[in-house]
Amino acid sequence: MRKKIMSVIIASAMIMSLSACGSGSSSAASTEKASEAVSEAAEEAAAGTENASAGGKLVMATNAEFPPYEYHENDEIVGIDAEIAAAIAKELGCEIEIEDIAFDSVIPEVTSGKADFGMAGMTVTDERKQSVNFSDTYAVAKQSVIVKEDSDITDIDGLKDRVIGVQTGTTGDLYATDDYGDGNIERYSKGMEAVQALSQGKIDAVIIDNEPAKVYVAENTGLKLLDSAYTEEEYAICVALDNTELLDKINAALAKLKDDGTIDGIVAKYIKSE
Amino acid sequence: MFENLQSQFILNFVDDDRWRYLVNGLLVTLKITFFAALLGLLIGFIIAMIRGAYQGTGKYRLANSICSLYLTIIRGTPVVVQLMIIYFVIFGSVRIDKSLVAILAFGINSGAYQAEIFRSGIQAIPRGQYEAGRSLGFSYKQTMLTVIMPQAIKNVVPTLLNEFIALLKETSVAGYIALEDLTKGGDIIRSRTYSAFMPLIAVALIYLLLVLLMEQGVKLIERRLHKYDKR
Repeated sequence: MRKKIMSVIIASAMIMSLSACGSGSSSAASTEKASEAVSEAAEEAAAGTENASAGGKLVMATNAEFPPYEYHENDEIVGIDAEIAAAIAKELGCEIEIEDIAFDSVIPEVTSGKADFGMAGMTVTDERKQSVNFSDTYAVAKQSVIVKEDSDITDIDGLKDRVIGVQTGTTGDLYATDDYGDGNIERYSKGMEAVQALSQGKIDAVIIDNEPAKVYVAENTGLKLLDSAYTEEEYAICVALDNTELLDKINAALAKLKDDGTIDGIVAKYIKSE
Repeated sequence: MFENLQSQFILNFVDDDRWRYLVNGLLVTLKITFFAALLGLLIGFIIAMIRGAYQGTGKYRLANSICSLYLTIIRGTPVVVQLMIIYFVIFGSVRIDKSLVAILAFGINSGAYQAEIFRSGIQAIPRGQYEAGRSLGFSYKQTMLTVIMPQAIKNVVPTLLNEFIALLKETSVAGYIALEDLTKGGDIIRSRTYSAFMPLIAVALIYLLLVLLMEQGVKLIERRLHKYDKR
């Protein structure tokens, strides 16, 4: 009996690993197609490319709990990223469909071909570059620190050995884990929950992107931002590694939108200058 | 293919000592499950006694209705919502050990199910045994403790252990309150390496292994309990 159980476990693990490797970077469906067609056709069938042609539909993966970049408002996902994505789609002659998932699932969505690109206030990091290609950057952002108004933490140095809340998988999480160690980090699924825990006094500080941080501070009483930023970074759109065609198109569209001031206009609409 | 698997394995578990997220998470999961099961056992037993006494003797009317209300609320709402209510609402403005919150939430939740298991165990004992006890001059309490409960407990042990197995798997939502249990450990690795396969399968295998172990335990205990049965 025990042998049987073990063999079932091993067999199922092997089957799963087979399918995982077989698909590699493109989706399982495209692998099937690839086996039928010559390699040239296979390249075209790679995740999402067929959707990216004019008149098609682009699926964007995001985590719509990140104001002002993306958030829910009246049944719709709006924000800077959503509007820039819409502008890009207009340039490419496609429709856009926004998919709202957890932030740490955005890149897996893109690499597995379920979404064509990811746009979620995502910072370019070397680790992420191993999984996806990034477009040119479209926004500059800072990681800021939120503390309670009566907190004794006055600058970044004060964060040492304190309990810091972050959103799982964000750059705030990655950097803070490196800087302060696992033991001092509490990882919430949503930035909002980390802020809630902070205002309830469960943690000492929250490290999160500057723009949502400002919104959180404005909407919760008793919170403030530290004057000095934790880090500075740039946002970009991520696309599957093998989908260079879409990446080029997005970069071209971004360049055009930057030149004609569309992006500045969208950013200014959501972020009031200080 | 093999090299790919190997490099994936190294990336997900060896680099930066990421395996520690799984080991630490496993310990947290085991701790929560164990203490929540104990707490649930206590709650379940007490409630079953109160409800049983009410049905048998008509006493404890108020306590009985409180228990019914508890059962209705707990069994009628998802455990993850209960967990967040306890963390963000009941302990709204205190800094509290999150393991404790999880143990309370899962214990209170499991208690409701265990109460029903106990009750069904008590009800399964033929009424004649109760009547025989009373007619021999035993009080209600004595009858329950010396005649009914020993048999009832024997009946419910396998079902209870199955409830513990369910409880183990339910604790996987503990990550909602930023508690780093086994599932959250896998999620953290996933958020670092952006690969879904290895962390998720590893987490699933660990749960499966735990459940298999517990099932073996159930079988062993069942065999022991029925060793002297003449059936």
